[in-house]
Amino acid sequence: MSGEIIGDSPPDQKDPRWHIRVRSLTKSFGPNLVLDHVDLDLERGKVNVILGASGAGKSVLIKHFMCLLRPDSGHIYIDGTDVLSLNTQELATFRRKFGLVFQFAALFDSLTVEENCAFPLKEHTTKSKSEIHDIVADRLGALGLANTQKKYPGELSGGMRKRVGLARALVLEPEILMYDEPTTGLDPLATRNVDEMILDAGERYKVTSVVISHDMASVFRIADRIAMLHNKRILEAGPAEVIAASADPYVYEFLRASGVSAIHKLAGGEA
Amino acid sequence: MSEDEPTNVQTPPAPPPQPAGQEPLAAPPKESVGKAVATGFKEAFAPIYRFLDLIGGHLILIGKALVWLPRRPFRGQTYLEAAEYIGFGSLPIVLLVGAATGMVLSLQSVNAFRQFGLESFAGGTTGKAIALELGPVLTSLILAGRAGAGIATELGTMRITEQIDALESMAVNPHQYLVLPRIMAAMIVTPILTLLFFVIGMGGAYISAVLIEHVDQGQWIANLQNIVHPMDVVQGFIKAIFFGFLVATVGCYQGYHATGGGRGVGIGTTRAVVIASVTTVVMDYFLSDILLSIFPTVRGGP
Repeated sequence: MSGEIIGDSPPDQKDPRWHIRVRSLTKSFGPNLVLDHVDLDLERGKVNVILGASGAGKSVLIKHFMCLLRPDSGHIYIDGTDVLSLNTQELATFRRKFGLVFQFAALFDSLTVEENCAFPLKEHTTKSKSEIHDIVADRLGALGLANTQKKYPGELSGGMRKRVGLARALVLEPEILMYDEPTTGLDPLATRNVDEMILDAGERYKVTSVVISHDMASVFRIADRIAMLHNKRILEAGPAEVIAASADPYVYEFLRASGVSAIHKLAGGEA
Repeated sequence: MSEDEPTNVQTPPAPPPQPAGQEPLAAPPKESVGKAVATGFKEAFAPIYRFLDLIGGHLILIGKALVWLPRRPFRGQTYLEAAEYIGFGSLPIVLLVGAATGMVLSLQSVNAFRQFGLESFAGGTTGKAIALELGPVLTSLILAGRAGAGIATELGTMRITEQIDALESMAVNPHQYLVLPRIMAAMIVTPILTLLFFVIGMGGAYISAVLIEHVDQGQWIANLQNIVHPMDVVQGFIKAIFFGFLVATVGCYQGYHATGGGRGVGIGTTRAVVIASVTTVVMDYFLSDILLSIFPTVRGGP
């Protein structure tokens, strides 16, 4: 099985396998070209990891999925819908399909943990206060944050903040959960907790997960599918085993530099 | 980059070979004279471009915020919080500055007019100055230093910690949620603060002139009523609406477009205060001219 970067079916139609489909996406900031005709498909219900060096444009890429950034050219299809053709009103509705967990959680620091998690519900639903309270308590409880409701984000540790960020992303029951470098700056145990949380959230809520990372240990624990972003394009994409056994010199170098034994095991299994 | 495909299966038509590396040019192209002149012009006028860019940026921000004014959800709470922060939070310092300004202006006027025995005019001149100019301008400068800086810092921090992106990712428009309430609240509370500035300033002027300098109370009040026209106060009120709009807009713009970490937020905050203060003073002249032509009864009135 080779690593296919994109599927065969037309991207503007709903496909049972591919959820997010990027075609010829180009983005530059001023004279700085960041993404150059990127093609990529991401699998439904799986954990898709986008790998790449720091500053390779991973965050820029996923911010396009929900139109937080607009490309210079190209298309993004989610379930066959061209995201760029949506007007402001449609986009607002459309964005509820997504949950985005930010690198540093991006919690509103003027609100408590509970208010942070209740925020999307208050904005987008007509649920009563008690219903909102129950949903938030449920999500926080599932992530082991039951006693933090009344705390402010400043009082939490980095790992806890990320979990609150996930809880906030989960309250609206999104179809796609995106994580921006979820394990950066965490110790190995907290990293493992976050990994488990990503897998658990994916299974429990049946979402398509998109994770951007360069933490190899974490990547090979969670990834079903990996895409490698290098030199403004997707260099290679495919199942984790395929990427682990990749013959591409850059990918090989990138994976080996981390010295993670899991990679060797996976690579050995495939070869 | 290419994968080895098995040859015995039907494969979709292969994509055309990618121009992996364009052949490097033998020598860099020589810059033509025309191009060099154009570059020279561009660099010479760069400050003007940047200025126009800044104006354009503010107008776009205002436009994006104001289109949300009639749209749901209205979120009254955010307006109240902004009004509380900008208005109520600035009240003590506005009152203090108002009282001090009224008192010192009155003191100087009484002493200046006393040379001609006209010290009872001090109330009128002080009132005119505060109602028309000092009230709105000083209130605006205070707000630029306090609320404008605060708005820029808050929004700037939200920007660099991705909280604004988080809002957007949750399908909440940040222009509607963050910018509009601050601009509207400032437009409402600044005139109110200006009125209070005038009231407390005149209180200070009364204390200074009548109680301390022993100017005749009846004459002082009579002259005040003769010289200060109600339309003067209205003019100050109208100016304050523009100044409030200006201070909040500049603060929001500098915060919203902050980049580069804590230093970027600091630079944005400094800029917000400087731009709002300078623009207040410059805009004051043009606003005065326009308002005086709209309310001609005040110009050289009875």
